[in-house]
Amino acid sequence: MTFSYYPGCTLKTKAKELDGYARRSAEALGITLDELADWQCCGGVYTTAKDEIATKLSSVRALMSAKKEGNALVTLCSACHNVIKQTKHELDTNDDMNLRASNYMGCNAREAADTEVIHYLEMLRDVVGFDKIKEKVVNPLTGRKIAAYYGCLLLRPGKTMQFDNPENPKIIEDFIRAIGATPVIYPMRNECCGGYITVKDAEAAKKNSTAVHESAAGFGADCIITACPLCRYNLIKAESPIPVIYFTELLAEALGVK
Amino acid sequence: MQKIGVFVCHCGTNIAGTVDVKAVAEALGKEPGVVFSAEYPYMCSEAGQNLIKNAIKDYGLTGIVVCSCSPRMHEATFRKTAAAAGLNSYMVEIANIREQCSWIHKDIKVATEKAIVLGRTAIAKVALNTPLTASSSPVVKRALVIGGGIAGIQTALDIADAGYEVDIVEKEPTIGGKMAQIDKTFPTLDCAACILTPKMVDCAQNEKIHIYSYSEVESVKGFVGNFTVSIKKKARYVDETKCTGCGLCTEKCPMKKTPNLFNLGLDNRSAIYIPFAQAIPKVATIDADYCNMLKNGKCGVCSKVCAAGAIDYKQKDQIIEEKYGAIVVATGFNPIKLDGYDEFAYNESPDVVTSLELERLMNAAGPNGGTLLRPSDKTHPKTIVFVQCVGSRDTTDCGKPYCSKICCMYTAKHAMLIRDKYPDTEVYVFYIDVRTPGKNFDEFYRRAVEEYGVHYIKGMVGKVMPQPDGKLLVRAADLIMNEQVMINADMVVLAAAIEPDKTARPLATMLTASMDTNDFFTEAHPKLRPVESPTAGIFLSGVCQGPKDIPETVAQASAAAAKVIGLLAKDKLLSNPCVAHSDENLCNGCSSCERVCPYGAISYVDKEFRMPDRTTKIRRVASVNAAVCQGCGACTVACPSGAMDLSGFSNKQIMAEVDAICR
Repeated sequence: MTFSYYPGCTLKTKAKELDGYARRSAEALGITLDELADWQCCGGVYTTAKDEIATKLSSVRALMSAKKEGNALVTLCSACHNVIKQTKHELDTNDDMNLRASNYMGCNAREAADTEVIHYLEMLRDVVGFDKIKEKVVNPLTGRKIAAYYGCLLLRPGKTMQFDNPENPKIIEDFIRAIGATPVIYPMRNECCGGYITVKDAEAAKKNSTAVHESAAGFGADCIITACPLCRYNLIKAESPIPVIYFTELLAEALGVK
Repeated sequence: MQKIGVFVCHCGTNIAGTVDVKAVAEALGKEPGVVFSAEYPYMCSEAGQNLIKNAIKDYGLTGIVVCSCSPRMHEATFRKTAAAAGLNSYMVEIANIREQCSWIHKDIKVATEKAIVLGRTAIAKVALNTPLTASSSPVVKRALVIGGGIAGIQTALDIADAGYEVDIVEKEPTIGGKMAQIDKTFPTLDCAACILTPKMVDCAQNEKIHIYSYSEVESVKGFVGNFTVSIKKKARYVDETKCTGCGLCTEKCPMKKTPNLFNLGLDNRSAIYIPFAQAIPKVATIDADYCNMLKNGKCGVCSKVCAAGAIDYKQKDQIIEEKYGAIVVATGFNPIKLDGYDEFAYNESPDVVTSLELERLMNAAGPNGGTLLRPSDKTHPKTIVFVQCVGSRDTTDCGKPYCSKICCMYTAKHAMLIRDKYPDTEVYVFYIDVRTPGKNFDEFYRRAVEEYGVHYIKGMVGKVMPQPDGKLLVRAADLIMNEQVMINADMVVLAAAIEPDKTARPLATMLTASMDTNDFFTEAHPKLRPVESPTAGIFLSGVCQGPKDIPETVAQASAAAAKVIGLLAKDKLLSNPCVAHSDENLCNGCSSCERVCPYGAISYVDKEFRMPDRTTKIRRVASVNAAVCQGCGACTVACPSGAMDLSGFSNKQIMAEVDAICR
């Protein structure tokens, strides 16, 4: 099965391993990820400010090119996923946004909203299936106690993202079970790491991130996994006592393609 | 030719402020058939009514049109006026020139023109009116109360006290409802059981009251004064007439791991059970989902130990049909499910409980014998956080938009009781607003704050986080200090919103009684008829009509009983003569009308007709039961051959009205 794939800039620089393991694992699972030609930076979450149209255009373009390819669009970075999915939602529901995007691009921008946007984790759950992954695991991570860290961007706003229950998600826990490890449920898993606040007020971000890793470690996790490069950056900066890695790394390890 | 009188009301300035009433009276006076036309400041006043009466007599009027407010307000008044002057009540038509004209227009010219058109329409209709006579039907002197909580109990006791037979249908094995589960009541802090159970006993001992416990209403037919109700007595696998309530079976039953629903699943009971010590009727019931004998045919212990021989594994549901003159709905409420509120960790931690669960945890007959212990490890909680408005005043999908009304008071009660019994326990209450109107209510809340030192914090809890050490970290906003607060608590108590019982919606359909969007029953008038449903003969008691506490519920229950007594005291009821009738010569027996009738008033009969060639032929034709018909007119629209017509609203009259508007 083939999907259009939007990696995003961080995955080309600081988070190369998130991307690399994802590609190798997809291959092992029989999925072709076809990277969009000429994709541009999603603009980060700043584009969700309502009044700025220009910053949203890269997402509209990404959606449009996936539509031209005739594929659903797979994303991986939490921030990119959030931005592109929210842009799609706006195209679907906001006539003013549509008009302005169409004027900029010289085409009917609403058509871009036809593209289905799914996160890599949703692809694992809904397209491949966690049962299938279980079968393909050659190196089950038995005995490992893994804490899923969702952060906020994957889950919220819940009605738009339609990813999982924002207050009590389970998709990453199900993923952890599929690769043979034991999920650790801890209350801070859907709390914010501090995000971009770290640039302005590093202490505030550190406070948030510390609460996350203390909670995970307190419940006995030996490792935290995430899908978000910014979350990982903040957690590591807050001196997490347990490793913080991307979920794709564990997937690749379990599938024997690391 | 009719002699029609027109009476235009000013309604003070309500109508006259926007409508030139003199011009209306003048214009309508020129309509064909109109022999008298007048305007008057208040037509509903005695002087106004006398004006009408005198005109009827002086001019020999055969029909009158009153241009005034909505017929819902004063149609009955003017019908009585006409009758007093010797004119048939149904020769009166109302043109609504207030709600549908003066109140919604600003331009006098436009409003006056419209008022004339509305008056002209009513004149066109009344010209075709024929006198109608209401028939009467007898009243069955027996009432049905659906729901055996405090609302149903009080209503039944009051009706029985007036000397009428009354049946209570309760879906649970015992009457008592939610009040039986409550520990203490506000604002007096007296024990709920001590004031409820004597009333339950009164019900059981009253000769006029019959209790159908573990029973549900299956279907309702008929109309005010004459309802026929099917009641399903669910199989309890115990013969009620033989069981003595000794409780030996419940002790010997080996299936001890059955969740105790009376204690909200906080502990277990046996598969055969009596819900609580003071249950009425005090009869055992077998929980078929857990009984090994009923599930697998193995066991039979209860049958062996029962000295009365009351156990009957082969018992079946039983349908009982009974006739009633009036029906009271008292179906009550339940706390909402908290599945949509994962931020409070209700499903994750046993130490996060609802307020009703706390009632059981604090009750002497509850799982801990009245000592408040943390459910997880049975330790004494040192810090307890209460969260109010969980699901109340919440416009998201999982919540309710309304205020549940009782939570502020019971939370103050819980906080006070805990501080009184365990002074070393710190109690925090997070609130949006504290709403305590009611006799001695605000004083009660002030006492919790001032005398008992309960920490009230304005703000909402954002998240409850179970900690590795078993504590619950509560993160909340303090809106007065404008800061985030973190409290390390042992227990969290959620004041869950209340919602109408799930059985209310299907019941409303059976009764053709209306409900609002929240599934509360609608009253006939929000201010002036608060205990009656708009459907005649259906009365409302307790929370099924809207959130209320015990004193208010009891007051409303007695009010509903008074209305029922007023109805049952009548020997006959006059019925609405505006009912459907079928022209048998036109009816082709297609059944279209029967299918659309919401009241089941239409049936088909085979009738002999004489044909033009002098032969006879049997034809199937519609027949309307005038006593059941409510005059909604659905059949007249559905009838393809135009055979069905409605007295007082005939097809001809409606067309004349349309013509008058379009003229």
